[in-house]
Amino acid sequence: MATQPDVKAPDADDAFREEVRQFLAANFPPELKGKGNALASVEGPAQESDAQRKWREAMGERGWGTPTWPREYGGGGLPRRQARILDEEMGRVGAYNPIGGMGVMMFGPTLLEYGSEAQKKEHIPPICRGEIRWCQGYSEPNAGSDLANLQTFAEDKGDHYLVNGQKTWTSGGQWADKCFAIVRTDKSDKHRGISFLLMDMDAPGVEVRPIQMISGMSPFCETFFTDVKVPKENLVGEEGQGWTIGKRLLQHERTNLSGGGSLARMMGASLSDLAKKYVETDDSGAIADRVLRDRIADFEIRWNAFLLTARRAVEESKAAGGVSEISSVLKKLGTKLGQERAELMIEIMGFQGLGWEGEGFSEAELAGVRAWLFGKATTIYGGSTEIQNNIIAKRVLGMLDHQ
Amino acid sequence: MAVLNEEQEMLRDMAREWATNESPVAAFRKIRASGDPEAFDRDAYGAMAQMGWSGIIVPEEHGGSDFGWLSAGLVVEELGKTLTASPLIATTLAAAAIVLGGSDEQKAKWLPRLASGETIGTLAIDEGPRHDPAKLSASVSGGKLSGTKAFVHEAHGADLFVVAAADGLYLVEKGDGVSLATRKLTDQRSHAEITFDGAPADKLENGGDSLLDDVLDRARILTACEMLGMAQAVFDMTLDYLKQRVQFNQVLATFQALQHRMADLFGDLAMMRSAVEGGLQALDIGVGASRAAIIAKAEANRALHLISREGIQLHGGIGMTDEYDAGFYLKRARVLEAIWGSTPYLRDRFAGASGY
Ligand SMILES: Cc1cc2nc3c(=O)[nH]c(=O)nc-3n(C[C@H](O)[C@H](O)[C@H](O)COP(=O)(O)OP(=O)(O)OC[C@H]3O[C@@H](n4cnc5c(N)ncnc54)[C@H](O)[C@@H]3O)c2cc1C
Repeated sequence: MATQPDVKAPDADDAFREEVRQFLAANFPPELKGKGNALASVEGPAQESDAQRKWREAMGERGWGTPTWPREYGGGGLPRRQARILDEEMGRVGAYNPIGGMGVMMFGPTLLEYGSEAQKKEHIPPICRGEIRWCQGYSEPNAGSDLANLQTFAEDKGDHYLVNGQKTWTSGGQWADKCFAIVRTDKSDKHRGISFLLMDMDAPGVEVRPIQMISGMSPFCETFFTDVKVPKENLVGEEGQGWTIGKRLLQHERTNLSGGGSLARMMGASLSDLAKKYVETDDSGAIADRVLRDRIADFEIRWNAFLLTARRAVEESKAAGGVSEISSVLKKLGTKLGQERAELMIEIMGFQGLGWEGEGFSEAELAGVRAWLFGKATTIYGGSTEIQNNIIAKRVLGMLDHQ
Repeated sequence: MAVLNEEQEMLRDMAREWATNESPVAAFRKIRASGDPEAFDRDAYGAMAQMGWSGIIVPEEHGGSDFGWLSAGLVVEELGKTLTASPLIATTLAAAAIVLGGSDEQKAKWLPRLASGETIGTLAIDEGPRHDPAKLSASVSGGKLSGTKAFVHEAHGADLFVVAAADGLYLVEKGDGVSLATRKLTDQRSHAEITFDGAPADKLENGGDSLLDDVLDRARILTACEMLGMAQAVFDMTLDYLKQRVQFNQVLATFQALQHRMADLFGDLAMMRSAVEGGLQALDIGVGASRAAIIAKAEANRALHLISREGIQLHGGIGMTDEYDAGFYLKRARVLEAIWGSTPYLRDRFAGASGY
């Protein structure tokens, strides 16, 4: 939560704010105002316009898309306070962060912690500039919640590994340049037989097949590896350390998936504004349907409490030095609230909020429907809510397994 | 838990130690058994005052420590955990009303006494069974206040009432024109209907039109701190119980159905804590307090309601016994849910303040 130094901005922060304002005035193309980062969209990358590219390059140049990452690897090197100022100022002019995706959300922070110097120098800068798209090779047909049961095998061939196996539900696999994967290097030990490996998606022997989802999109894939050669220098950490590193990455994933500010922004119009548009209001401008009004207020209050929780978690884990099990709590809460919101939203809009395609629906309405459907994935991926509950119960609350 | 400074950590640790050792739930049991309508231990309150707790939000020049609301909240939370019965919250709120709205003379007269524990204060606002500060009929003419205030908490021990009349807040001392009828509620604490019949009243002239609302923001937030302590205590007590109770040759804590319910409650508790701490910080920063207060109290109502119910259910039969502590929390929970705004009231206010 807001601690004292955050409240009273020192002079350096004022100067920084001024710098950001000037930068935005000079570099943020006005036609992108209020738009989201299309390149990080779950529907897959759209064609990048000139304005989008210009904006991405300007932010990438400064490292401000990854504002708190170290400067030496292409990040912004900003203290969190200034990162927040940057965020506020972008919000003020309707600018979005053009740098995103799995590289930023999960892989980068994990590599910064566990990667070798050479690996950081090679992989972090292109992430900071938004030039490289990463995908996550974790799940397999028989390794979902029981992720450590994965069977994709990386055989030691001296200077390289030979990888064989199948991954599934690989989001963005068809657009990705590279894949961070956990693979088996030792069949005799379930957890310690796992290693963390970086692969090129255009390497010979890698094949992806997109899968269509209930929302109509096809952003995730089955990924097959047949005798794929992966150089040894692409092993992150030690052989057998993959489970530890992989779980750390999941903590980052969960923290990000829980939503917080970015999700709030992505969700666009407030529920109350939506309700005012789609249902009647009384003379005072209040939503005339008092039951609906009450439910919206109920939701909004809890949503605010959640945002405060996300902020608190960041500050607490910062004070304690690193991400923590609390990411499970955030993921569980944020995804549930996100789904509740989407359900309430389509209910407010009535049939107008259930359009699939064609005439009679606005772009926002159609997008809302797809987002509602896609949103059902949030409580499944990154470790389902049930798995988060298991983690909270066992690791946080110390409730044990049957003896 | 909010990131605390050293001073705050010490304060919290001291409060925790004192509550655990000197004021466990057994202490409240004794008070209840005594049947004393004042329903708190004067010696214990004296000890709290001595430790400076009644002066935390009082400026130093008036005998307080001016440690701020987050600090006050930390103490109240610890006391909530053990259901410590005391007029600490009520007195703090009375002091807050004077800090916000009092003249120099009123401050000089009352704040040192409230901070030292010599005077006990409380708020007398509502006139019916449901919190509704928009409907007040108590009135003052020629410096005399008349009207009836329903369910005034900590009324029996109070020497000073901060009374809401139709045209503002007034200080009324116990004595002439003030009579009191006990209203025993399920929490067995001090509540009374107070009739003011031409009682001498001294207006709090400063603080502007929002004075009552500003005081109520603080009332909501500080009450939510007690509720947070209670919720944390019931949660911990329930978890401990599940970890030691054996059925089907297993400790209950190993059953996934129970694990997931505890994980759910843990999430609710986390949201409640964030909302409550957010409220305290808003008061200390001086920005957005009224919105933060609604969020804090509404979340406290919601989460404590749930946790106090599940606390009984997950204990099984023993949870239903008077001998076990869980029931005390349930009974106090509903009283605190009703005070300064029920859940529907707060939602209505939130929607109104947000422009829908
Ligand atoms: C949209 C989407 C994108 C994804 N993207 C990726 C990606 O990019 N890369 C990647 O590697 N994976 C990805 N995943 C996969 C995701 O991580 C898995 O779907 C998830 O871990 C669940 O595994 P599963 O689907 O095999 O379900 P299962 O493990 O078969 O679970 C089925 C149900 O049983 C419950 N369950 C399972 N075990 C337990 C238990 N022990 N106790 C209680 N309940 C249990 C689950 O919660 C679930 O409700 C994605 C999934 C989705 C939906």
